[in-house]
Amino acid sequence: MVRSGIIPGMANLTRADVEHVAFLARLGLTEDELARLEGQLNHILDQYAILATLDTEHIPPTAQTIEVANILREDAVRPSLTVDEALSNAPERSESGHFVVPAILGGEGGA
Amino acid sequence: MADPTRLRAHEMAALLRSGEISSRALTEAHLSAAERQNHALNAWLVIYRENALAQADAADKRIAEARRAGTAALNALHPLCGIPIALKDLVSVKGGQATAGSKILKGYIAPFDSTVAARLKDAGAVILGKTNMDEFAMGSSTEHSAYGPTANPWDLTRVPGGSSGGSAAAVASFHTPLAIGTDTGGSIRQPASMCGVVGIKPTYGRVSRYGIVAFASSLDQIGPFARDARDAATLLHAVAGRDDRDATSAPEPVPTELLGLATSDDEAAAYLKGKRIALPKEYFVEGMEPGVAARIREAVGAMEQAGARVEEVSLPHTDYGLATYYIIAPAEASSNLARFDGVRYGYNDRSSGEFIADYIKTRGAGFGPEVKRRIMLGTYALSAGYYDAYYLKAQKVRTLIKADFDAVWAAGFDAICAPTSPTVAFSLGARTEDPVAMYLSDACTLPINMAGLPGMSIPAGLSDGLPVGLQIIGAPWSELSMLRLARAYEGITARAPWRDLEPAELQLTDDPTTPSPIERKERQKSGASAPGAGGHS
Repeated sequence: MVRSGIIPGMANLTRADVEHVAFLARLGLTEDELARLEGQLNHILDQYAILATLDTEHIPPTAQTIEVANILREDAVRPSLTVDEALSNAPERSESGHFVVPAILGGEGGA
Repeated sequence: MADPTRLRAHEMAALLRSGEISSRALTEAHLSAAERQNHALNAWLVIYRENALAQADAADKRIAEARRAGTAALNALHPLCGIPIALKDLVSVKGGQATAGSKILKGYIAPFDSTVAARLKDAGAVILGKTNMDEFAMGSSTEHSAYGPTANPWDLTRVPGGSSGGSAAAVASFHTPLAIGTDTGGSIRQPASMCGVVGIKPTYGRVSRYGIVAFASSLDQIGPFARDARDAATLLHAVAGRDDRDATSAPEPVPTELLGLATSDDEAAAYLKGKRIALPKEYFVEGMEPGVAARIREAVGAMEQAGARVEEVSLPHTDYGLATYYIIAPAEASSNLARFDGVRYGYNDRSSGEFIADYIKTRGAGFGPEVKRRIMLGTYALSAGYYDAYYLKAQKVRTLIKADFDAVWAAGFDAICAPTSPTVAFSLGARTEDPVAMYLSDACTLPINMAGLPGMSIPAGLSDGLPVGLQIIGAPWSELSMLRLARAYEGITARAPWRDLEPAELQLTDDPTTPSPIERKERQKSGASAPGAGGHS
C-alpha cells in the first residue's frame, strides 16, 4: 500500500485501509469499531491538513529535545530481575523457566 | 489540633519534627478521608491502608531516632519523611498493581520499583495508594479510564481534567498533600488547572522514567502535584536527577535551592522586580472562555504591578501544535504499546491457539476505544508510504515550534505566562463523543512538551466558581526560577479571597447517597439526568 505524494488532510481512509492498519497494529476490531474509526480517523486526519501549508523542505526533524547523546555505562555485570520475577506475570510458563506461547510455525509439539 | 489534612506538606514536616503529630496520625487522617470520599470521586484505584501505616510507623521511628540524636540529625531528615503521597497508577511499586488505567494490565503485579518510587521510599514518604487516570495516559478528562471516570470536587458533574485526574482530584480533596503524575501533552498541568492545585511538568530528561508505563517516549515526563509551590518544589527535588536505569535522564545538577523557596510572602514577591515575562498572543485563542482569559490577564497584571516587565510576544507556530502532537504522540504510542502481546504479562486471550490470532484478540479486548484510536492513528502515520507525509513532517514542524520558544529565551525573557487550559473543567460526557474537541483541551500545554520545556500550572482564581490555572513556562532546566516566579505569584495573591476556598462540592462527597461518577455516567447513557450534586449556575 505505497502511495507517494500524499498531502496530509487529503487522505481519505476507506474501510479497507482501516482494516489494513488494524492488521498492521495487530488490533482486533469489531464491525462497529471499524465503522466508527473510519469516520473518526478521517475527521482527525483532516485536522492535519494545516501542516501541508508549511514549507519545511529545509527544516531538519526534531526527534528529541535535550542535547544529550549516547550516554554509555560500563559493561559490567549487575543484579537484575530473577527468572522467577520476570515470569511472575506470565499467563503461562514452562518448568524450565520460559514464557509459553502458542505454536508460531505450526505442526506438532510446537508449544 | 485542627484537621491535619488541611496542612501543606512543609507544615506537616515541621509538626513531625517537633513531635506535635506522628506520621501514623497524619497517614490515618488522610486514609480515612480518601476511604470515606472515594465513592463519590473515584480518584483512587487502590488504597494501601496496611502498607501506608507500616511506612508511617517506620517514618515515626526514623524521626524519633533523629530527635534523640539531636538537632543536626533532625535537620538531616528528608523533608518528605513521614509525608503521605499518591502515585498515578502507572508508576511501578514492587508488589503492587500498575494498571495504567487499562484492562490489559488488570491483575499485573510490578516485580520491581520504579526509580521514582524507590527515591520516595528512601526519603521515607508514605505511599497511600494509586490514582485513577485515562488509559495509558491518553486523554484530557480521566474519562478514558477502564475503571470509570473521576469527579471534580469543585463540581461533581464535571471532569477533573486528565490524564492524571485522579492525582489532581486527590490533592484538591485533601486526601493527600502530594501526588505524582505524568505529562505527555498536559496531563499534569491541565488537571492541576481544573482542580485548582499546583502541577509541574519538568524539563524533558529531568526525572527518570524507569518503571513508568510509557506512552510517547520523546514527550513523557514525570512530575509533582501539590497545593503550593514550595511543596511542589520539594517533591520535584526528591524525584529529579540522573538515573543509570534511564538513558534519557539528563546528567543535569538538581538545584538544592528548590528546598529553600521563600517562606514569607513579601520576600517571595520581591523576586518579581525586573523579571521579564512574555505573554504569547497566540495562547489567547478562539474558543477560550472569557473568564479564563480574564483571570490570566489579571494574574499577569498583578505581577506587573509587583515590578515585573510584561511584554506580548508571538509564538507563530502555535496553531500547528495540535496536529503535530497528534501525529508524534500516537506514532510513538503505537510503537510503545506493541509490547502488550499477552505473552509476558497482562490480559491474554488464548482461545484460538494460533499466535497471531490470539495476539489480535488479546489487544482488541484489552485496549479501550481511545487507545485503539491512537494506535490506529500512529500505525497509519508510520506505515509505508505515509511516514514522510506525517511523522517526518511533524518532526520538522516540531523543530519550528521549538525554535519559537528558543527565540523568546534568546530575547532575554525569564518566563512565559499563558493559560493552562482554554476552559475550566467541562461536564462529564461533554467531549467523549468528539475526539478532536477533547484534543483541543491540551492546545496550550502540548507545545511545551514538544519543545521539551519545563512548565507548571498554578491556581489563579475562579471563573464561574471553577478553578483557572496560570501556566508558567521556563527555558530548559530553569525549574528553580519557574518555581520562584510561581512562589512570587502566591506571595502577591496571598490575601486574595479565593485562596481560602475549598472545593465547592467536597462536602457532598461525605454523603454516601451522592452518586459515584460511574453511576452518573450510567445514568447519562440511559438518558436520565444525574440528580443530587451538580448543576453549576
